[in-house]
Amino acid sequence: MAKAKPDAYQEFVKGLWRDNPVFAQVLGMCPMLAVTNTAVNALAMGGATFFVLVASSFLVSSLKSLIPKQVRISTYIIIIATFVTVTDFTLQAMVPTIHKELGAFIPLIVANCMILGRQEAFASRNTVRMAVVDAVGMASGFLFALFSLGAVREILGNGSLFGVDLFGPNFEPWVIMILPPGGFLTLGLLMLAFSWIVERKQRLAEQLAGLEPDVEVKP
Amino acid sequence: MNELVWIFVSALLINNFVLAYFLGLCPFLGVSGRLETSFRLGLATIFVMLITALCSWFLNTYILIHAPYLRLISFIVVIASTVQFIEMVIKKISPALFKALGIFLPLITTNCAILGLAIFATNKGYGLVEGLFYALGAGLGFTLAMVLMAGLREESEIAPVPRLIRGTAMNLIIAGILSMAFMGFAGLFSAA
Repeated sequence: MAKAKPDAYQEFVKGLWRDNPVFAQVLGMCPMLAVTNTAVNALAMGGATFFVLVASSFLVSSLKSLIPKQVRISTYIIIIATFVTVTDFTLQAMVPTIHKELGAFIPLIVANCMILGRQEAFASRNTVRMAVVDAVGMASGFLFALFSLGAVREILGNGSLFGVDLFGPNFEPWVIMILPPGGFLTLGLLMLAFSWIVERKQRLAEQLAGLEPDVEVKP
Repeated sequence: MNELVWIFVSALLINNFVLAYFLGLCPFLGVSGRLETSFRLGLATIFVMLITALCSWFLNTYILIHAPYLRLISFIVVIASTVQFIEMVIKKISPALFKALGIFLPLITTNCAILGLAIFATNKGYGLVEGLFYALGAGLGFTLAMVLMAGLREESEIAPVPRLIRGTAMNLIIAGILSMAFMGFAGLFSAA
């Protein structure tokens, strides 16, 4: 554990697991489900969100003393929309095939409540460095959640991962997994697994109350 | 005429915004606990969607032709100010309705179904009338999904479900089954 800057480390880890934007806070669900039918799409979406969140957190926390309280939400939205437009055009120029697959969901990053939530809850009341660390943590958590959903759906629904065949020709793909219902069901089951792990950890921690609080729990 | 019916039914059932496009999931999972409030939120959303379709058509036709890179920013600003404006009008004209809608009215701004509607309608190149039918279908589809979900959740509250599954996990699995049911509508127009 990084002893020199425990706060920054805490902020980073918080976004990745304990306060994971998807599994724990249930934010940003729309892009989460819509584009995770393959692992590649999930990673592209996660990357785009990563850039938008980190860049707008940086800008919001640097400008926080200039933004009037009354119009702060609209200001945040315009800042976010600017970065999303940048991302949209960059993806269109660099990787047109992925841009076409993600389609209208790149512009829809604007309405991802996770991003606006971080600006309001964190970036607007912390230093630039902490805001960036928090954004990187949250975005990594989001990327992690997107990827786990995309990987499960691609493996079961297509029998492949990153387009590489995994099970050979005899595997019958579960087509339902890459269709919309599969997204809901997979995310529901992942949520279940998440809350199960959290609960187990809590119970173990209660049993070992006398020991150190951050005991490593074997799964 | 046939074309308009097709746009309407497609947005309402086959490509239901919530269950097939995953738009507007935040209110769908967040405020679908009570039948009454879900229905009211649905009505408010239909209203905002119609206004947004109108405004985005004007923007597309007269302004964004000259500056396409402003599309996203102008849409979100229009939606935010429309919601604000409607809020003031309703407050002035009918305080009772304003009170009934409560917090849900401002929350509509961050509903991605609205922005999604504007973007999809632009991408598909819909004209004014087509756009309005699309908005009506999408709004009714959103309301339908909200009301169905709220009904199921009210029922499941008294069912003996393990504590661990309760909450978001169970709601998502219910939504998955609903979405599966809605897939049945996909064959509705396949002959045409």
